[in-house]
Amino acid sequence: MRDIHTSAIVDAVKKLCMDANLDLEPDMLRAFDRALATERSPAGRQVLQTLKQNAEMARTQRIPYCQDTGFVVCFVELGQDAHVTGGALDAAINEGVRQGYTEGYLRASIVRSPFDRVNTGDNTPAVIHVDVVPGATLKLMLMAKGGGCENRSKYRMLTPAEGTSGVKEWILECVRTAGPDACPPLILGVGVGGTFEKAALLSKKALFRELGSPNPDPVVDALETELLDRANRLGIGPQGYGGDTTAFGIHILTYPCHITSLPVAVTIECHAHRHKEVTL
Amino acid sequence: MSVTTAADGIKEVAPPLSDADVESLKAGDRVRITGVLYTARDAAHGRLLPLIEKGAPLPIDVRGQIIYYTGPSPARPGSIVGSIGPTTASRMDTYVPALLGLGLKGTIGKGYRGQAVKDALRQHKGVYFGAIGGAGAVLSQFVKKLSIVAYEDLGTEAIRRLEVEAFPAIVVNDCHGGDLYQDGMKAYAREDT
Repeated sequence: MRDIHTSAIVDAVKKLCMDANLDLEPDMLRAFDRALATERSPAGRQVLQTLKQNAEMARTQRIPYCQDTGFVVCFVELGQDAHVTGGALDAAINEGVRQGYTEGYLRASIVRSPFDRVNTGDNTPAVIHVDVVPGATLKLMLMAKGGGCENRSKYRMLTPAEGTSGVKEWILECVRTAGPDACPPLILGVGVGGTFEKAALLSKKALFRELGSPNPDPVVDALETELLDRANRLGIGPQGYGGDTTAFGIHILTYPCHITSLPVAVTIECHAHRHKEVTL
Repeated sequence: MSVTTAADGIKEVAPPLSDADVESLKAGDRVRITGVLYTARDAAHGRLLPLIEKGAPLPIDVRGQIIYYTGPSPARPGSIVGSIGPTTASRMDTYVPALLGLGLKGTIGKGYRGQAVKDALRQHKGVYFGAIGGAGAVLSQFVKKLSIVAYEDLGTEAIRRLEVEAFPAIVVNDCHGGDLYQDGMKAYAREDT
């Protein structure tokens, strides 16, 4: 057994929250440059240039990339030979969020109840998913998930008869309906298979893969490439002003499913794709 | 006239706006806005609506004005504002016809508007501008003054009065039925999808 004290988790989460909102990952910055090399639309190019400038300002002037500093979604991979000491794991994560958002001048965007809608004031609680895995480390994968794009996420249960072509058409339909509302260029996290909730979880987790990296499954990789090309032929473009860059990436995770089912969940992510991870 | 065209082709917009000002703006026009903007989003609109329905005075005089749909992040010490980009406009669609009826002239946000809003823009001479969603750091530099004018308890959702200089936006829906999203998509869609 290896002990991991909650104070280390609090500090790590606090730093991840601040860094995610101020310092876009290099895969995102490369995506802006790749898009600028192919984008034909002047309005689209101007948006992409502004977003690059925005990322630079966020990093150097410590102003959040987007005013919606997100709902913290935290995937935890807890080694089965690790032992969390000093308190509860979820309380430590939420304390890290509280400190990160308060001390980092990040926006409080969470209400305590979907009905009375009173703001909690410190962006807590986070949405926490824990997987127990082999090993003695604790991996924190954190995303600051924007609300505008999350609101365009969708789920559909297809029939096996609708098959792969049905899945493709549904994913492209999700891009169309998200359109300018979700701040394109978009990134789509797609979960195919499993059950209702498994597909949704996979769709979130899929977003953590490095943008531009191939899917380890060559069949799914070909599907992603085809869908990204088709999404970028829709013409929606950066911010929906028209153009060739509607999506930066489509990341698919799959899971076995029941003989009756073909569940597909699509998490819509905006260009403010703020994610960070650390292993303790 | 509160709308003029600068040498670089960008339209300079200075609220308050008249019907004629709004009529001169066309979908796809790039604009720079200088003057006052009021911020309001979901919760503030939720409080304005019962006042409008009762015919009670609003905490801001909307005649000729522009509402910016945004909830800024907190300002660091010594700064005017934190990050301040637009939020999704369609969530405020239900409030737009009544506010335009009271004389509001413009809204700034991102994303599609419903048909009822487009119809109300024609009927009351209003305009919907798009600002670049997710460019909150860049957009913060155009805000020169900020004060809270109502509903401070709503935090980021309070109504704020901003004084902006050369705030960049683009006309998405004009009062003639023009729609940048439709035009842009048509121009760049490659039909073999």
